[in-house]
Amino acid sequence: MKMSPLDRVLLLITGILAAYQVAVGIDGFDTVPIIAYTIAFGVLLVAGLLLIIWGFEVLDSPTIVVVSTAIPLSLSLGLVWQHLASFRTSYLIFAILGFLAVTLTRSIPVPGKIPTIVLALVHGIAGMTIFLLPIILSVQGKTPPLFSFVGVGGALIGIGGLLLSFLKAGRPILSRGTILKVLPGLLLLMTICFVAGFKFG
Amino acid sequence: MSVLATKFRHYWSLTKPLQTGLLLATGLAGYMSARCPVINMGTILGAAGSLFLAIAGSTVLNMWWDRDIDAKMGRTQHRATSSGQVTENEVLRVGLLLSVVGVGIAVAMDALFGLIVFAGLFFDVVVYSIWLKRRTAWSIVWGGVSGAMPILAGRTLGLGSIDWIGLTLALGVLLWIPTHTLTFSMKFAKDYAAACVPTFPSTYGLGFTRVTIAISSVLAALAMVIAGYGLGMAWGFLRLLSVLSVGLLMLAFAITFKPSERVNFGLFKYASVYMLAAMILVVIEVM
Repeated sequence: MKMSPLDRVLLLITGILAAYQVAVGIDGFDTVPIIAYTIAFGVLLVAGLLLIIWGFEVLDSPTIVVVSTAIPLSLSLGLVWQHLASFRTSYLIFAILGFLAVTLTRSIPVPGKIPTIVLALVHGIAGMTIFLLPIILSVQGKTPPLFSFVGVGGALIGIGGLLLSFLKAGRPILSRGTILKVLPGLLLLMTICFVAGFKFG
Repeated sequence: MSVLATKFRHYWSLTKPLQTGLLLATGLAGYMSARCPVINMGTILGAAGSLFLAIAGSTVLNMWWDRDIDAKMGRTQHRATSSGQVTENEVLRVGLLLSVVGVGIAVAMDALFGLIVFAGLFFDVVVYSIWLKRRTAWSIVWGGVSGAMPILAGRTLGLGSIDWIGLTLALGVLLWIPTHTLTFSMKFAKDYAAACVPTFPSTYGLGFTRVTIAISSVLAALAMVIAGYGLGMAWGFLRLLSVLSVGLLMLAFAITFKPSERVNFGLFKYASVYMLAAMILVVIEVM
């Protein structure tokens, strides 16, 4: 499916917002969250630019699965490091092992459903962390209410991930055309939620 | 009136507006990087005007000189110079006029600035196009040197002298240019072969060309980050520059170890975006 000019504009704005977040939006955090958020928004920025350059066909590349794992894993690592001090080390180990597991199961032939299970497990834990943690913290009053926007962004990234995963697995929830039509808008909305959540939360 | 408009359109295309615009952006970013009083509109307009005229002039002169080989290449045979839409003498006169006015304004503004602008034009037209382009694949080094002059000229105008940061910024552009031109020469290898223009792919093979692209990308990214650090860029902007650099490096490694037409095209486009983004960062940083 050919990318429309509107899709390119939406992706460009997504990239600019991600660039803002890397340059300005995470100043003042500890070292590990800064590294984690830089990876998350940096991957989003570069991926957005490459999507504009190459078009939607790039989504068929097997590398996309690995790249798209880096975003939720690093984002959730930053959140856990900032807000769940007792889980820092264990989540860091999970993030590293999870990323390696996804990379390995997508790089070498692995029998059965192991690659799918690994992907679902890693994405599931990371996605639920991004979705639930900011909302719980906001409800508990430990962070300002608008921090829950990060959770909304987490929900959107989860929806996007599910749509793409089922599409790649050959059992699409929506048609490929519909998914590609909503993807740039979904990515932009997700990024707006993340940037707003970190800015005002 | 319509004759004039048509003529303007022909000459506008001969200035390669995108390439000229990108080089102009590097020159203005170089000027602003000096943190001189950037709100001095007279100086900014003078610098922009002289750089634009000199870069456009040298590009038109290159087109005039290369009109015979352009006519042999599918990609360029429709250019106004090679398709006969404008006369040779007229193109030469326009190129010389733009160049002389551009360098003249630059010299009138500041002698050292003018000298660097002239050096860029001289390296591009005389050394790169006339002397070396048809003789050796290494001519692109001199094309790179001339492409690096606008940013050095801009910084020198703002600073009043040449410093190591200006040279590093220029080195960044110089090393970035092979990433751009070599991917281009790979994409249009048959065209260059038809015109008997030696290129890296035709002289040393695709493998060596890809390794050269990767190495020059690594060094270009390194030079830009070092220059950013030297400029006292805030950590956030350095982080962003590093992220964009990593994107460039990943594509450079992809073209080395998993080459394809798609990666080639992606690197070619991304390299332009990278340089433009780096220049915007330099400007935003000092605003």
